[in-house]
This record gives sequence, C-alpha cells and structure tokens, in this order.
Amino acid sequence: MTMMSDRQQLSYIASQAADARLNVELETEGMTLNIGPQHPATHGTLRIIARLDGEQVIWAEPVAGYMHRGYEKLTEVRTFPQVTTLINRIDWLGSFANEVPFILAAEKLMEIEAPPRAQVIRTILFELSRIANVSLFLGDLGVQMGAVTPVFLAFRDREYVLNLIEGATGGRFHPNFDRIGGLKDDLPKGWIDETKQVMKKLIGFCDENENLLFGNEIFQSRMRGIGVIPADIAKEYGLSGANLRASGVDYDLRRDQDIALSYDLADWKVWTHPDGDSWARCWIRLQETRESCKIVLQLLDQIPAGPIMTKVPRIIKVPEGEAYVSTENPLGEMGYYVASKGGLGPFRVKIRSASFSNMSITPWVLKGVYVPDIVTILASLYFILGDIDR
Amino acid sequence: MGLIDKGRMPAPLTKLFNISRSYSLWVYQWGLACCAIEMGAAFASPRYDVMRLGVIPLPASPRQADFVCVSGTVTDKMAPAVKRLWEQMPEPKYAISMGSCANCGGPYWDSYSVTKGIDQIIPIDVYVPGCPPRPEALLEGIVLLQQRIKNEDMQAKWQGDPFTTLQATRAAERGELSAGDSTGETTHDISTDPQPIPERNRPEPIVVGGGPIE
Ligand code: SF4
Repeated sequence: MTMMSDRQQLSYIASQAADARLNVELETEGMTLNIGPQHPATHGTLRIIARLDGEQVIWAEPVAGYMHRGYEKLTEVRTFPQVTTLINRIDWLGSFANEVPFILAAEKLMEIEAPPRAQVIRTILFELSRIANVSLFLGDLGVQMGAVTPVFLAFRDREYVLNLIEGATGGRFHPNFDRIGGLKDDLPKGWIDETKQVMKKLIGFCDENENLLFGNEIFQSRMRGIGVIPADIAKEYGLSGANLRASGVDYDLRRDQDIALSYDLADWKVWTHPDGDSWARCWIRLQETRESCKIVLQLLDQIPAGPIMTKVPRIIKVPEGEAYVSTENPLGEMGYYVASKGGLGPFRVKIRSASFSNMSITPWVLKGVYVPDIVTILASLYFILGDIDR
Repeated sequence: MGLIDKGRMPAPLTKLFNISRSYSLWVYQWGLACCAIEMGAAFASPRYDVMRLGVIPLPASPRQADFVCVSGTVTDKMAPAVKRLWEQMPEPKYAISMGSCANCGGPYWDSYSVTKGIDQIIPIDVYVPGCPPRPEALLEGIVLLQQRIKNEDMQAKWQGDPFTTLQATRAAERGELSAGDSTGETTHDISTDPQPIPERNRPEPIVVGGGPIE
C-alpha cells in the first residue's frame, strides 16, 4: 500500500472505517454466492464464486473456460492465411485489431514489410476497431448501474463505425481483411470523407457520454474510490491497456514500441490517471476513444499513394523460426508467439491476450468490496470472454 | 388453459390466442459469443429496434420467457447450462439458434471443446445462419417464428404433439389427409438418438434465407 496517492489513501481509510463499524454492529454468517456463468454483468460467460460475510466479499474467484474454443490447437491445423479467420473472433468487438499482431509476426518471420500505404490504412482500421470496441464499453457502463440510455446511444453511434469497417473491408463484424504483405483491397471511393464526418460524430458521442454518465452523481459515487488498484499491484498482475494506465503507469505499446504501424505520423497523447479506481479506468477509456478519433482524423490526410500489397508468393510458406509481436489492442497488450517449421501453417501459436491477465486480478480487487460493487468493478476492468478463454 | 387441454378449441379463439401470443414474445437472450453483440444490436439499437415487431427483450429470468435466442458458440462446458435453462422455461416455448456456431459449430467445426450444433441439446425452431448473421437476419428469423406461432394448433401443442398447423388439423378432421403427413414431420426416433429430446418431438426447422443451416 505504499504507492497510493492521497486520494487513494483517503478512500482506503474510509472503507476500512466502514468495515470496522459493520463488524462491530452486526454478527454475520458466511455465505457463498455464485454469479454466472450467464449474467449480464459478466459480459458473456464468466462465472464468479464469491464467499460473503454479510454484504462484504471475503474471497472471490473467477471460473473461466465457458467460452474456450481451442484457438491455439486449431491454428496448428490451418494454413497461415486461414488463421486470420479464426483469430478475428478472439476479441469479437475489435476484430481487426486481433489480426494485426499475428500478421506482423508472420511478416517478421518472412522478413517482408507491408508498403507504407497499407501500413497507414492498417493503423486507421485498427483505431476504428478500437473505437467500435470501446464505444460499446462506454454504453454498457450505464447498464451495470441501471441506466439504460447510454447503451442505446452507444449502439446508435457504433453502427456508423461498423458501416465504415464494412465499407472498407466487406465485413461488418469480422473483416478478415489483413493479409501477409499488405491488405486485401484498397479503400473504396468517398470512404475518406465519410470517415471524417463519422469521426466528428464519435467525438460528439464522447462528449454526450461524458455529460450523461461521467458527470452523474450516482455514477461517481458508485465508481470513485471503488476497486482501487495501486500501480505496483497492477504491474505484478500483468495488467495492460487502460487498466494499467488508470493506475498511473505511463505505458502504451503504440508509442513505446517500434512497430510497422504508423502511429508516429499522428500527434496524440497517452492518458494516465493517478487514482487507479473504477472511475479512472472508465475515464481513461473515454479519453482514449477521443484520442483514437483524433489519430484517425490525422492519418486520413496522410495516406500515401502506392501499392497496398508487396510481392508475396501465391502459396505462402513461412520460413522456420519463431517470432513474438504484440500490439496495444483495445483491451490491452495482445501478442502472438508464432513458431513455424517452414510449412504451410504455423507449428504452434501462443496467444497472449489482454483480458486473461486483466481478469486474473479479480480475486485481489474483489476482496473486501460490497456485493453491488462487484458488478461495477468487473465492468470497469472490461474484459471480453473470448479474449479470456480463447 | 384447461379448455385447451380437454376439448377442442374453436378455431377463431385459437386464432385470437395465436395472434396475441405472436405479438407479445418475451425473449430470453442467451448471448454467448460474438453473435451476442449482433443480437444486442438487433435488440437494443435504435436502428433495428426489435420492439416494433412485438418482441420484448427484457426478461431477467428464463421462467418469464416465451422463446430463447441462443447466439454464439456453445462449448461442452456450457452445454449443460443451456439445457437446464431450456428446461426452466415454461411451455409453450420456442428456440432460435443464431449463428453458425450454434447451428453446427461454425469455424470451430474441428475444435475439441465446441458443441457442434445446439440442436443436439434443445429443439430449435428457427436457424439463422451466418457468422455473425446481420441483425436483419435475426429479425427475419423472429418474423418467421411469429408466422409459425400464428398457424400453430395450440391444442396439439398442449398435448405434447409435434408442431401441427391449424389448417393441417382441420384437414385431417375432414379426412382429407392424415395429420402426420401434412406436417412434413421428420420422425424423431428417441431410442437411437444419443441425447433424446423429451416432451416434444423435433419440429420441422425453419432456416432464414432457405438453404443449409451452416
Ligand atoms: S457464428 Fe461466428 S460470429 Fe457467431 S459466435 Fe460463432 S464465430 Fe462468432
């Protein structure tokens, strides 16, 4: 508890005092509460077993595996171009972002690089999928506390982004658009202008959401000072993405890593927050959505001319070797460790998905909270079940 | 509903019941994977707005629901929970299977942990193929289900018979053709099926857009 900010300490002391009061006033009996596997608050099929003392959680454990689809084994029997079809569906809200690290790893093994135009378009689509992902999170936040309006707004504005992705890739949900050595197709006519308009709409959505939700007093009292994760604990558990930055750690793979994506062309900011509570995690995601819109707007003016595909053989054989590439996906750091034996398909693929590490902190962070806060803490940690179980 | 159990329902009354049933469907959302988001888009987004079809996507418990929309990958670990949910729903109940995964395994057709087809566990009325199906496809599936409910012979359903249309029953009574032939029912032999479906035989499935269920 050494690395806490003042505000964190205050909220910690307040909660300790509340506990002490509770323990003096009431004699309570233990009880085990099972949440899930199908529960609106668990974003799919996560199951949480919590042992309660009155209203307080004394021990909680997540049970994963209800959505295990066996990706790592399946990739071994697919060829390299076929693998993207599968891994699209890991984090289903930001599908395109899943393809990129795998393709980059394969390109690294083949020692080729996509042409600059493809790289910029990749980055744009990457950020669009981040917006599609996080905008749904922002809408869903309200639902966890009984406010239904934000989810309608989120679905309304998310449709515009999905339309863009569909316009460029042909797939509304699972684009399967990234190829080893470039992209499948060029952008359609008029796409750039439309994207600019939509990005302005999305920035408007962020403002609306901020007014509606983040300024709301109930929201603040349910979120502020709840589920505090100090920076050292966050690092120990391997958190990544917004969850880590909300604890005050300034770490973003988009900026800190030299990778074949064109983030350096744009001028943007990595947001951090010192508090590490539920509110900070949500706030960081809100700011990042704005930042992504800005990145897209800037990159749209900088798409270079040229081909979108380098020369690759018709039948792709990846030379022997091993490569690990990770990128900053909507949920955090996602990486693929690809081992190839020179065949048509990978020999082994190890997937490092962000949600799995993010979820692993739940036993720590749920200890000592009250039952209604389980829902908000889980919502603010934001994981996707496909990303946990794979 | 003792009237229905015992004797014949007058046809106009059945029609009236059927129309009211088909426009007040409470759906339990059993969203499991990617398709759940498209189901969410169909049910919660202002663009698709399922409520205009008379479907209420809000029940918090399967015990209040008229039909269940199973959308997404059913894994072997999840399958018992799906079956249990289905058993908790009160009759008359219907099921829509959304997405290739729920229909037949989809992209995970060779996976070791995925149940290839939810119809091994619960009887499915409408299949919506696609990976994921567009929200419009799900809406069409719901409309097709409503049409099925409108033509249904409630008396037969209450007695646990396979799905029979009203017209077929009337025709059978007039002696034109036997009720068994008219439904086009695939006879379901419980003794050979690995996981028998009790209470009710498998209905003739409806597939959105025709074609195979993948
Ligand atoms: S059918 Fe496709 S989109 Fe739907 S759950 Fe399966 S993999 Fe996901």
